Amino acid sequence: MTELPVEHGLLFAAALFCIGLVGVLIRRNLIFILMSLELMLNATAFVFVLGGALHGNADGQVMFLMILTLAAAEIAVALALVVHLYRRYRSLDADRLEAMKG
Amino acid sequence: MILVWLLLLPLLAALFAPQVEHWRADGSRWLSLTALGLQALLLLAAAGGGGDWWLESRADWLPRLGIGWHLGLDGLSYLLLWLTVALGAVSVLISWREIRQRVAFFHCNLMLSVAGIVGVFLALDLFLFFVFWELMLIPMVLLIAIWGHDNRRYAATKFFIFTQASSLLMLIAILGLAFAHQSQTGTLSFDRDALLRLELAPGLAYWLMLGFFVAFAVKLPMVPLHTWLPDAHTEAPTAGSVLLAAILLKTGAYGLLRFSLPLFPAASADFSPVAMALGVAGILYGAKLAFAQDDMKRLVAYTSVSHMGFVLLGIYALNGMALQGAVMQMLAHGFSTAALFIVVGMLQERWHTRDLRQLGGLWTQLPRLSGFTLLFALASLGLPGLANFIAEFLILAGAFQRSWPLTAVAALGLVGAALYALLLVQRGLWGGGAPAPGRHDCSRREWLVLGALALALFWFGLHPQPVLDLVREPLVQLLDAPHHAAESPPRLPVGSWL
Amino acid sequence: MAALLLWIPLMPLLSSLLLLLAGARLGERPVALLGVGSVALSALFSLAAILSFSASDGVAWGIETLPWFSALGLEVGFSLHFDGLSAVMVGVITGVGLLIHLYSVAYMAGDADFARFFAYLNLFVAMMLILVLAGDFLLLYLGWEGVGLCSFLLIGFWYRQPENGYAARKAFVVTRIGDVALALGLLILVQQFGMLNIQDSVDQARQLWPGSDLAGWVALLLLGGAVGKSAQLPLQTWLPDAMAGPTPVSALIHAATMVTAGVYLIARTQGIFMLAPQVLQLVALVGAMTLFLAACSALVQHDLKRILAYSTISQIGYMFFALGTGAFSAAVFHLMTHAFFKALLFLAAGQVIMSLHHEQDTRRMGGLLRPMPFSALCFAIGCAALAALPLTSGFYSKDAILLQAYAQGGAGFAWWLALAGALVTALYSLRLFVRLFLGDCRTLPEPDNRPLLCWPLGILCLLALFGALIPQPLHDVFSAAPQAHVPLPVHLLVLAMPVIGLVAGIWLLLRHRDWRQAFATGALARWWRAGWGFDVLYDWLLVRPLLWLARVNRRDLADLPVQLLVWTSRICHQGLSRLQSGRLRHYAVGIVGGAVLILAVVL
Repeated sequence: MTELPVEHGLLFAAALFCIGLVGVLIRRNLIFILMSLELMLNATAFVFVLGGALHGNADGQVMFLMILTLAAAEIAVALALVVHLYRRYRSLDADRLEAMKG
Repeated sequence: MILVWLLLLPLLAALFAPQVEHWRADGSRWLSLTALGLQALLLLAAAGGGGDWWLESRADWLPRLGIGWHLGLDGLSYLLLWLTVALGAVSVLISWREIRQRVAFFHCNLMLSVAGIVGVFLALDLFLFFVFWELMLIPMVLLIAIWGHDNRRYAATKFFIFTQASSLLMLIAILGLAFAHQSQTGTLSFDRDALLRLELAPGLAYWLMLGFFVAFAVKLPMVPLHTWLPDAHTEAPTAGSVLLAAILLKTGAYGLLRFSLPLFPAASADFSPVAMALGVAGILYGAKLAFAQDDMKRLVAYTSVSHMGFVLLGIYALNGMALQGAVMQMLAHGFSTAALFIVVGMLQERWHTRDLRQLGGLWTQLPRLSGFTLLFALASLGLPGLANFIAEFLILAGAFQRSWPLTAVAALGLVGAALYALLLVQRGLWGGGAPAPGRHDCSRREWLVLGALALALFWFGLHPQPVLDLVREPLVQLLDAPHHAAESPPRLPVGSWL
Repeated sequence: MAALLLWIPLMPLLSSLLLLLAGARLGERPVALLGVGSVALSALFSLAAILSFSASDGVAWGIETLPWFSALGLEVGFSLHFDGLSAVMVGVITGVGLLIHLYSVAYMAGDADFARFFAYLNLFVAMMLILVLAGDFLLLYLGWEGVGLCSFLLIGFWYRQPENGYAARKAFVVTRIGDVALALGLLILVQQFGMLNIQDSVDQARQLWPGSDLAGWVALLLLGGAVGKSAQLPLQTWLPDAMAGPTPVSALIHAATMVTAGVYLIARTQGIFMLAPQVLQLVALVGAMTLFLAACSALVQHDLKRILAYSTISQIGYMFFALGTGAFSAAVFHLMTHAFFKALLFLAAGQVIMSLHHEQDTRRMGGLLRPMPFSALCFAIGCAALAALPLTSGFYSKDAILLQAYAQGGAGFAWWLALAGALVTALYSLRLFVRLFLGDCRTLPEPDNRPLLCWPLGILCLLALFGALIPQPLHDVFSAAPQAHVPLPVHLLVLAMPVIGLVAGIWLLLRHRDWRQAFATGALARWWRAGWGFDVLYDWLLVRPLLWLARVNRRDLADLPVQLLVWTSRICHQGLSRLQSGRLRHYAVGIVGGAVLILAVVL
């Protein structure tokens, strides 16, 4: 098995993270924002795995599993909120929710 | 144990006020009165101890930090506790009809504030003192903010920010003292007795003293830090004004006497000319502003500034006569100003205005209430025979020995007092305008309260000896502090003339 | 016997308290009984005290009743002191006071506030008695301020007219300025002696202060108090306005008793004044200036009571002049005779004013001789005594002042002023009488001759004529003035001065056919009528600046820094709250930007 250089892995994670970030910043649809968030989470989780592999340690994979469950929990709450918001505003446009500021 | 119960009683009353209300509509009023009455009994029982402290209560609290539970009662605190109890009861009595909303919560706050004040007058541990200092503040803010008049939010916020900011300075000074203790002895301590033994570097002592001074001067209030007072007084409900004027302001003066002067004798002596000048400025400036007001309550509020200027002058004159005068003034001002606030509250209740431009001719309608107003206005202008006169004369006589030019200027405050007090009488009571007939004069309860206050003013004006005796010991001790700069020898008032 | 002293001020004090508390519920008769009865009792006690005092060879009594307070470094007691000077004062106060109380019963009959009037009047008598009986300066100060308070309350007695209120306030505030000086004088005594007992501190001063400036300062400050209370230059402006009160009040407070308190004070502390000859000279000068200026003002007034007010100021000026020249007993003598004839004049004026339906303007009076002969007689006697025509009581006292002053200091500027004042006094007395009682009847009177009005007047007439015969036990109080020779021409001059004034006045009146116009027009007359412009001067110098200050700084400039703080934080708040747009993506950008920034800084 040829070893991938660590830099490649990191670059991949960075690219994934940036895609997610740009998605969060420019998309207005809440569903897409959530998806982009998931991308960002996965990017960081990937870095953990990478780190674990690098040091020959299982902690990285444990962390990945942890993030996975967290992401699942988070998405469950978030989707519930999204459904609720949709019922209320008939729209998933994040900018139309500005009235929710304090 | 008595001291602990003195503190606990108002706390318990505050705690149970909401419960009692379920049984009886005015249950919380009676409960507060009962608590205050019991306190009075306790005070009677505590009277006449000997030694430095008549009663002391000590316990560990947070020993690792040097914080202890240390209460102590001496003549000075005894006197002020009586003032607290008496005017606390007066506050309850005069809100009997004025406060109709959230009665239980009102009394809860009132008694909490009283508890805080009692604590302030008893605490001998600086940390404990600070806790009580804050405890009395918050309920007072609520009293103003909830039951006040139109502009109450503004006034309450202003009051809170002023006192809070200044007490932070005090906190810093307290911590500074504790750390100084640590650096000298190796342990932290907040206990007054321990801190009294500290040898502070002059520079440090001066700054720490300033921290305490500012906190107490804001409460006092001292010009130019007085601007919270007219707003707070004007917007507070009558009971709040009474509590503020009669007792809360005294905590500032008490703090100066109990902590600032003994802890930093040399620094205080250095600072005293400035403080005396500020006191004189307060006397004149307060009188001038009182003279300019159209709002009766605001007028009375500014007279407080003027009267408390006398207290500051007396305290920093640093001799026995002036200090006794200052304590006397605390008492006299407590009675006379509280009485004036009460009278204004009663007039407002009947006329729904406090504007002197719309009032006038009250004597025709309410001869009794007007008579009381006249009497209290006269007390406020320092008429001999009433308590304020003794106080002001002693202060001036004491201050004269320190600095005759300042005293001469301060004495002009007597003319200022005549100006504002008689203006109040003339514009409010005299004149032709008779707003509307058929207003009821004093009720029995009002008579009782006003009569008692008037009696107190006469009593202490004609027989001030009990008060002077009570505070003689503590004040003599204060003056005998070893570090005290030698009092300047009596100087001839002038070089040469003619 | 000493316990008797205590009851002298206590009687009217108790009656006053009773009237204040319950007077509104009593009818007129019980109120009058209480009010007059208490003063009568007090007068009786005074008489007994005076008699037994003179029987005991004039040894001063001092009694310590109760301690008032003892502070650290100052002890004060409610001590009373009774000597010849107090005896004279007490006699005048209770005697004249009783007559005026009696008169007031008739004068105030029917007034809605009858009880309040007597309560105040009794309180005044009590305070005045405390003032003159006090053996301690602080007790004296209590009486001093107390009479000021009563004066305030009684000037503003008819409180519904706003101008009465202003007059009352002016009176109190102006005298309070003097009181502050007095208080400062007491402070020096406290500082030096640690006590305020009058006799002891004067004795101490005599021993310790010769050659020191302190005596001068104390004397000067006491003089400040005295000029305030006694309406002397420069604090004289309140007295003419004080005439707004009921006439018996003007008679009792603003002529016979309270305004002479300054004279009493200086006489009482003469030991200190003797140590400060310069101040004593100042006292004489103040007295002489005042007596002349006020006499000129009295000459041109139109208002009946204002004429009398200025004449009071002028007569007290004589007393000050006498004090200043060292003729202390002459001053106190004049104080007594003046109380008699000025009370007589005021009460008679009150009768005239009542009969004319509260008309006070002398221009609308005249020809009252026929309808009101008794008043005319009273006025004639009063004016004669005021002008010091020979054989009246005023003659003896004023003669004594001028002669003793001459004997002490010769004919200085002040003495010539005083002599000229005697001339003017005769002139205005004549003018007053002529305006009221001769000529045509302008307003038809309804003479009011109730016995209660007339009897006190009759007694006062007798006193004004023969009051000089009352002996005054003052020889122990004041060191006897060294006898000096007064040349005969001076004697004659002093004697003739009022007569010259009278003759000149008659000649003037006869020459001006329309004598009502005499002294009525011209810039000088207007200036004098306005009291030499002092009111205007003070208005510009003190009142207006004070009002201006009050107006510009009503909102308290010290609050400005605080308000600035409030404004800045509010502006910042508004700026920052823009940032919270509610758009999720903006926040996200903020987070990213912040993270990038931190990373950039860290890396």
